[in-house]
Amino acid sequence: MDMQTLINGLVLGGLYACIAVGFSLVWGVLNVINMMHGSFIVLGAYLAYYVFAIAGIHPFFAVPLVGGLLFAGGYLLQRGVINRVVDQPVLITLVLTFGLDMILYNAMVLGFSATPRRVALDMGVLEFGTMVLPVDRIAAMALALLLTGLLYFLLRSSRVGRAIVAVRMDREAAALMGIRVEHIYAVTFGLGAFMAGAAGCLIAIVYPFSPAMTGLFLGKAFVVCVVGGLGSVPGALVGGLVLGIIESYSGAWLGPQHAITVGFVLMILLLLTRPTGLMGKVGYE
Amino acid sequence: MTRADFAKLGLLGLGVLGMLAVPVLGDNYLVRLCTFVAMYSAMALAWNFIGGYAGYPSFATAAFFGLGAYVGALLQNHGVPMVPAWIAAMLVSAGFSLAVGAMILRLRGHYFAVGSIALVEILRQVASTWRDVTGGGNGLNVPMLPGGPGFAGMVFLYSMLAIALLAFAATLWVDKGRLGFGLRCIRQNEDAANMVGIDADRYKTIAFTLSGLFCGTAGAAYASWVAYIDPSDTFNILTTLKVPVMVMLGGAGTLYGPLIGVIVFIVLEETIWSSFLELHQAVLGTIIVILVFFLPGGLLKLRLPAALLSGGRR
Repeated sequence: MDMQTLINGLVLGGLYACIAVGFSLVWGVLNVINMMHGSFIVLGAYLAYYVFAIAGIHPFFAVPLVGGLLFAGGYLLQRGVINRVVDQPVLITLVLTFGLDMILYNAMVLGFSATPRRVALDMGVLEFGTMVLPVDRIAAMALALLLTGLLYFLLRSSRVGRAIVAVRMDREAAALMGIRVEHIYAVTFGLGAFMAGAAGCLIAIVYPFSPAMTGLFLGKAFVVCVVGGLGSVPGALVGGLVLGIIESYSGAWLGPQHAITVGFVLMILLLLTRPTGLMGKVGYE
Repeated sequence: MTRADFAKLGLLGLGVLGMLAVPVLGDNYLVRLCTFVAMYSAMALAWNFIGGYAGYPSFATAAFFGLGAYVGALLQNHGVPMVPAWIAAMLVSAGFSLAVGAMILRLRGHYFAVGSIALVEILRQVASTWRDVTGGGNGLNVPMLPGGPGFAGMVFLYSMLAIALLAFAATLWVDKGRLGFGLRCIRQNEDAANMVGIDADRYKTIAFTLSGLFCGTAGAAYASWVAYIDPSDTFNILTTLKVPVMVMLGGAGTLYGPLIGVIVFIVLEETIWSSFLELHQAVLGTIIVILVFFLPGGLLKLRLPAALLSGGRR
């Protein structure tokens, strides 16, 4: 039973990491809290749903297509709109992305209706002794971790990834080195949207979803970022896994209705004691 | 005070007189609308202490509002008369914001913003899961005020107006005094303010407490007014974002900005509600985007109204 709780927590944690990593990247590099992140995830889930319904493509294989679409949308949005106020105080950028989110959310409610949907694919279960592992969830977790890993290597070793890290460390110095900061901001925002879309594809197959869930995903992203530390992939990974395991155990011990409260209380405590997060570096926030 | 100050106060007084006359002259819809204007004015003025003068991006408005609503409703359900219940809710919200403020005001920028949003979420979770006391997701019924809807409408309009006027009086006191000066220094550069001898922690905590106090009182009055509250209505993340947007629309960190913002926002919202029911959120979002791009300093920073208000002396 206890191992089962741990496995459930890890599966949840892998998805949380994937949900939060794009949000964390945008927050860390652009200093923008993207209130649209939850809607991006739900949008990704709907796109995966329609791709499956129309073309019969399994959501796992729709990740590049859906992610690519969201990347393009995110890039244009940052380039055309958010870049104009990116240096303003947090209140301004947060309010702006919240306003944009209201538009996107309204469009989704009108376009997709508020009925919950799910891509229903029975992929069977694996059983080890008393443990039951649904294949779809395990596969979704594996894919989530794979995508998070890919993002890590993109940031570490590709040209554009190193430029993103450089802009994050010192924007002026990066600009002096010939990095086009505006472009890098837009790419970063696009990558955040890509990861949100990918997370949406994975969620489409595991949970029922509807536009009403945008706030839930956004809340998770917040908690994971604060727990793990901003702007770094390992931070989001650790934060996601920690939150998943804690929610899973507190759900088993205290009852599922308290799992979310525990997560937020954990976040406040960490904010007060270690504002840089578990994996954060001092002076790097 | 200059002549312009008196002119503005006179204008405000006329507005208040107009609202006092509404229950006699207007219909129930207008009474309801004016009650909302007064309620949001109280909350906008409350947010202005911490968000406007001190420049801290606080999103805790709904936490105080909901806390006040629940405290007031629970006390009324246990037989406490309405007004003492409101006063108790005011004291509890003030105490809560004082205690929480002492903790989270050490955070800055994004971290403070997130911490204050988390307050709303935590309180909402507590209200939805603590079934024995708060009724959980089913919400709470609050005793109706006897005397019919017309009388109740008048009582609640006047009560909200009184809370808003108290908040305005507090703003006046802050704006003209030492506290406002200190808070403005903190907004510009907190480290420098600390260096020249402003006790930043104390000033910020006072601003945050004032903010909690008035939001909580408005919440308690709201609970008695609508006679039914539930967690998603009172701890609403939309409230927590709408109030700062209203203040920014008028002009943050100013005396009259919050009031102007509230009136303009509610008039816009009502017009939108009635003509684009399905697109309500999208149109509201568009207003926010336009506000950020074209009115970064709020309506008060526009040339024309400033010139009018200062009597053409600019």
